[in-house]
Amino acid sequence: MIAPFTSSGSISETGALIAAPLIGVGFGWFLERGGLGNAPKLAAQFYLTDLRVFKVMFSALLTAMIGAFWLDRLGLLDLSLVSLPDTFLVPQAVGGVLFGAGFLIAGLCPGTTCVAAATGRVDGLGVLGGLFAGVIFFDLNYGRLEHFYLSTPREGFTLPHLIGASEGVTVAIITVVALAGFVLAERIERSRA
Amino acid sequence: MNRSPKPYSDPYVAGVGLGAVLLGSYVLVGRGLGASGAFSSVVAAGAALTMGTERASSSAAMSPYLTHGFTSPLHDWLVLELLGAAVGGFLSAYFAGRLKVRMERGAHITSRSRLVWAVFGGVLMGFGAKLARGCTSGQALTGGALLSVGSWIFIATCFAAAYLLSPFAKRLWL
Repeated sequence: MIAPFTSSGSISETGALIAAPLIGVGFGWFLERGGLGNAPKLAAQFYLTDLRVFKVMFSALLTAMIGAFWLDRLGLLDLSLVSLPDTFLVPQAVGGVLFGAGFLIAGLCPGTTCVAAATGRVDGLGVLGGLFAGVIFFDLNYGRLEHFYLSTPREGFTLPHLIGASEGVTVAIITVVALAGFVLAERIERSRA
Repeated sequence: MNRSPKPYSDPYVAGVGLGAVLLGSYVLVGRGLGASGAFSSVVAAGAALTMGTERASSSAAMSPYLTHGFTSPLHDWLVLELLGAAVGGFLSAYFAGRLKVRMERGAHITSRSRLVWAVFGGVLMGFGAKLARGCTSGQALTGGALLSVGSWIFIATCFAAAYLLSPFAKRLWL
């Protein structure tokens, strides 16, 4: 039997909805364990005094990326059946800039906002309200934004296509760069201690 | 239970745990983690409740989130996952003695201005995540690990903007 289990039929649509909150519990648990429900700790990433955002995020990314790559290679997971976020080059670049500015100001991102709010952080509730307002503002202005929102589509565009390398080489490059980033992050933190 | 809060975990240990959850999600349900999409779903349901499902569905921005009318969030994988995330965060903080009602803020800012900036940051993120079709969870983590180009563009522009603007936000945090 090959994963994803929703595609092989061993997990039904209802089963997936039942799994959702359980997977979510793991998600929120590790965000909180990593200190990411705490806005000043997240913001410290941008002042290079505590680099745990980078460390948690990239060790998670490496774990999932390498795990998914090998499960696919060993024939246990068909990665082509895992839903890949669509690429729309320019709107995503602009969205990233606005999001980054908000991330710096709020000190939280949407997932960590939920953890902050659930653990009693009043500022987290403020960010939560702002997130809803931002989405409502987008929806209300969608008519004017649609043309831009749907521009520069690149469906299924992945880094191996972009750099003309195999998936294995791409995964290896990202791994090496991230590991070098961890070494650098430790050095920066030591030098600021 | 110990009353003083326990220190946070080693970030690499927490990260590997988070990555294992993400990998488990790919394997079990063929999709990754997310957060901002859940907000879209709740907003659309709110619109359906106030103006009726038919009118709300006439908006191309909201119709994908209204497959079950205003009860759609109960059928939305991301909404259920994010509710779970709030519970998971709560449980982790509870067992570590870190549950506390308080305003987290920088040393030189009042609670009131922290709250105003928190809301403003949230608005920018909510709007930015809509344009980017996801946030740090759905794009950066989930799409990044799947090598999506759009996700890596999001990672690059998000962090570049935050670092470039950080000198202007010093008063908020330092």
